[in-house]
Amino acid sequence: MEPFLIAVIVAATPFLYAATGELVAERSGVLNLGVEGMMLLGAVAAFVTALTTGSSGLGILAGAAAGATGALLFVIVALGFSANQAATGLALTIFGAGASGLIGQGYVGEALKPLPKLQAPEQLAEFSGVRILFNHDVLVYGAFALIAIVWLYLNFTRSGLRLRAVGDDHHSAQALGLGVLRIRSLAVLFGGACAGIGGAYLSLAYTPLWAEDMTAGRGWIALALVVFASWRPLRIVFGALIFAAFDQAGNYRETLNIEIPSQFLSMAPYLATIIALVMISLASRRSDTPACLGREFRPDR
Amino acid sequence: MGQNAGGIKGVTASHEHTPLFEARGISKSFGDVTANKDISLKVDTGEILALLGENGAGKSTFVKMTDGVLRPDSGAFLWNGKQITIKSPAAAKRIGIGMIFQHFSSFEALTVLENLALALPQRSLRAIRRDVAEVSERYGLSVNPKSRVERLSAGEKQRVEIVRALLQQPKLLILDEPTSVLTPQEADGLFTTLDSLAEDGMAMIYISHRLSEIKELCDSATILRHGEVVGSCDPQSTSVSEIAEMMIGKTADPIDRAGAYVGGPRLVVDNLSIPVKEGVPLKNISFSARRGEIMGIAGIAGEGQDTLFAALSGERRTPKAQSIKIDGQPIGTMGPTSRRRKNIAFAPEQRLGHAAIADFSLSENLRLTRHAMREFSNRKLRARSLKIREDYDVRSSANDPKAGTLSGGNLQKFVIGRELDRHPDVFVVAQPTWGVDAGAASSIRNKLLSVAQRGGTVVVISQDLDEIFQIADRVAVLHRGELSQTHLVHDMTPDKIGMLMSGEDIDSEPKSTTTQNFTRNRARKTTETTEETIAVRTGTAHEQTKEPIRQAAPLSVVESPKPATPPVITSSAMTSSVSVPQSPPPAKSASQSSPRRRILVSGTVTTPWTAPEVIQKGTVL
Repeated sequence: MEPFLIAVIVAATPFLYAATGELVAERSGVLNLGVEGMMLLGAVAAFVTALTTGSSGLGILAGAAAGATGALLFVIVALGFSANQAATGLALTIFGAGASGLIGQGYVGEALKPLPKLQAPEQLAEFSGVRILFNHDVLVYGAFALIAIVWLYLNFTRSGLRLRAVGDDHHSAQALGLGVLRIRSLAVLFGGACAGIGGAYLSLAYTPLWAEDMTAGRGWIALALVVFASWRPLRIVFGALIFAAFDQAGNYRETLNIEIPSQFLSMAPYLATIIALVMISLASRRSDTPACLGREFRPDR
Repeated sequence: MGQNAGGIKGVTASHEHTPLFEARGISKSFGDVTANKDISLKVDTGEILALLGENGAGKSTFVKMTDGVLRPDSGAFLWNGKQITIKSPAAAKRIGIGMIFQHFSSFEALTVLENLALALPQRSLRAIRRDVAEVSERYGLSVNPKSRVERLSAGEKQRVEIVRALLQQPKLLILDEPTSVLTPQEADGLFTTLDSLAEDGMAMIYISHRLSEIKELCDSATILRHGEVVGSCDPQSTSVSEIAEMMIGKTADPIDRAGAYVGGPRLVVDNLSIPVKEGVPLKNISFSARRGEIMGIAGIAGEGQDTLFAALSGERRTPKAQSIKIDGQPIGTMGPTSRRRKNIAFAPEQRLGHAAIADFSLSENLRLTRHAMREFSNRKLRARSLKIREDYDVRSSANDPKAGTLSGGNLQKFVIGRELDRHPDVFVVAQPTWGVDAGAASSIRNKLLSVAQRGGTVVVISQDLDEIFQIADRVAVLHRGELSQTHLVHDMTPDKIGMLMSGEDIDSEPKSTTTQNFTRNRARKTTETTEETIAVRTGTAHEQTKEPIRQAAPLSVVESPKPATPPVITSSAMTSSVSVPQSPPPAKSASQSSPRRRILVSGTVTTPWTAPEVIQKGTVL
């Protein structure tokens, strides 16, 4: 059981980054379907940088920068030119897959030293709980910290309030003098950087090597996760752990005596998302679904 | 608001000769359409300037430019004599221009407090919470800071808007139809507020279609028509009919109440109770609306009107089918489509998002309620929507425009026309003239009256007492989900309705309401004369609020060439008609002769409302 739980936390980490970033973008009213592409860009940039410089820290930064660069393309096309957001996001995913394959061409088969892990204090190492919570690298802890920060930001700061306002009603927000496109652009760039770090985690720590399409659909699960969490940051933690558990259950089928076919397990996150959507629409309380999600905004002038 | 008053006082003294705000030759076009042409106006500290005009006259465009949402093509704005460029709404706020929009610009998913915090970035939440409590109490604008805006009624949302604008401590306040959803008492409270703000030196541009408000509140008026200034006047010394004529360019359609005949009950609501999780539950509501009458349901915003409308329209089924009956048949458990097939029509309060879809063309919107009648052909629907647009005077430049591109008044005319065009037996309508200009309101009210006249039943759920007094035959008042007894409108005064609105009982017994009694009552009543006066702003705000006149505001000018003799009313539709003596009021400055009796929708204030009646005999319904 213990190795399974450790694996779940590790597997949840890229979901946490990518979903949190996407959540911020969506709360501002932008649906960026390019998460998968941005993760791939982040993964390849982080790997190449870490390999050439030897510094994992620079690798992480490069991953974030590459993800944000992908997001910048989205911002220019979908926000700057008011192009259809869904189409732009899909294009970004395809572009990210292609570009990362091209960049990483010469690096397939190279290996990196994985990120250093936090050692549990020796006197506590005998406890199973301690071993599960320690022995992770900085990005794992960073993911949980990120969610806490985003939660505080959205609910308790003026800036977070403005971001939610822009996602709820962009015309009213403009009438109030909020820079709708500026706020949205920053939110999308933040989302891109987070997706990039999520990708970087895959190539620096999860499996410290580069392979084409190594994200293997995690970007799409992250998108589903935002819906599953009904646009609330703290629920992302819960959702990411569940989705990661589905993901890892396949590898631990024998140890855990699971009879469910692995194909069903890989389908499970999407099934859970559909159930979550049904629950959202059944709930009498309105969810936090941003009312302007995916709607283009042209300031009237 | 103590800080506010202090801040404004300082300004008052220093600028006596230069107006605080001036627009010089402002023009704005959208493509070929000229929205504003060479508009000039001035407003000084402590002055309330009325900006009048029909929908589409260019008021909204002008207001958007003063708020920095739009930029003028030419012309200049001056602030204290210095030319200013208003680059954005934020810049407008920095300058000191506050806005209360006609359409609420609140964020639905956020709480009241969060909405206010967005508008006041420089202040702490704690300070805002304190100020909200203070402002709410001082001006009687009660709001719960913790509730999500989406759960508030239209009236409550308007209050949030007003509170927000006041918290921003502007020097110039622009109000776009601020009282459209307020009760008379709330409106009175607002006028008192505005008066005291004006005394403190606040400059205000007040946009309203209700000429009675303009007359009592504003110091000067600028009238727009087709994007141009057609005149300025002192509303105190100009008659309402003159103002209305300047505004519309022609006399508004007279409201014709002739030929009312009341038959047996048709729509009967019996002990209707609806428990709801959100909003106001309905408790034991009973009323019956009869053939040939307009039944008014009055009440301030958020007293259960939404639930009642939903129950009547079938959007919310009643637990028992017997709770709602039409011609004796239970329909309580039927959905809207089945009810439409029983020839009932509905028009909800919210024009966009409930009655019509903004991104759909008018013919597509027509289909939304016509599919029940199995009208599916695109070609026929387009032809039908064109006919409705002609019959109901829906103005638009495009051939089959999207609903969202129409002005509020024009869209409302279309929505009403869409339902009335199929000649419903029963028409349930909520807030038929909310935010609609005088011309459109008059034409909509006349259409409702004509439904009743040909024997139809109309249920009007309205927060506009003027409207109730003007067109309804009987009225009941909704208060916290309970409905008062039904009263004949001419037995009611605004005070009595006001008491019912606040849940108090009134002394007057409801009249026995058999048809014969009813018509006799009406005939007798109309022989009585009432002194009708035009309310003129006199004295302080405090004195004004005491005047029942203000509350009533049935908005009518009754004019007659020979005040002493009863006019004879004839109607072409009638074979035998009884004309009723009626004494006309000494309408101030409205001395021009008119060959026939004329009631303007937006007229002066008269109270109590006395409807002249013509009783038609021998009509078979």
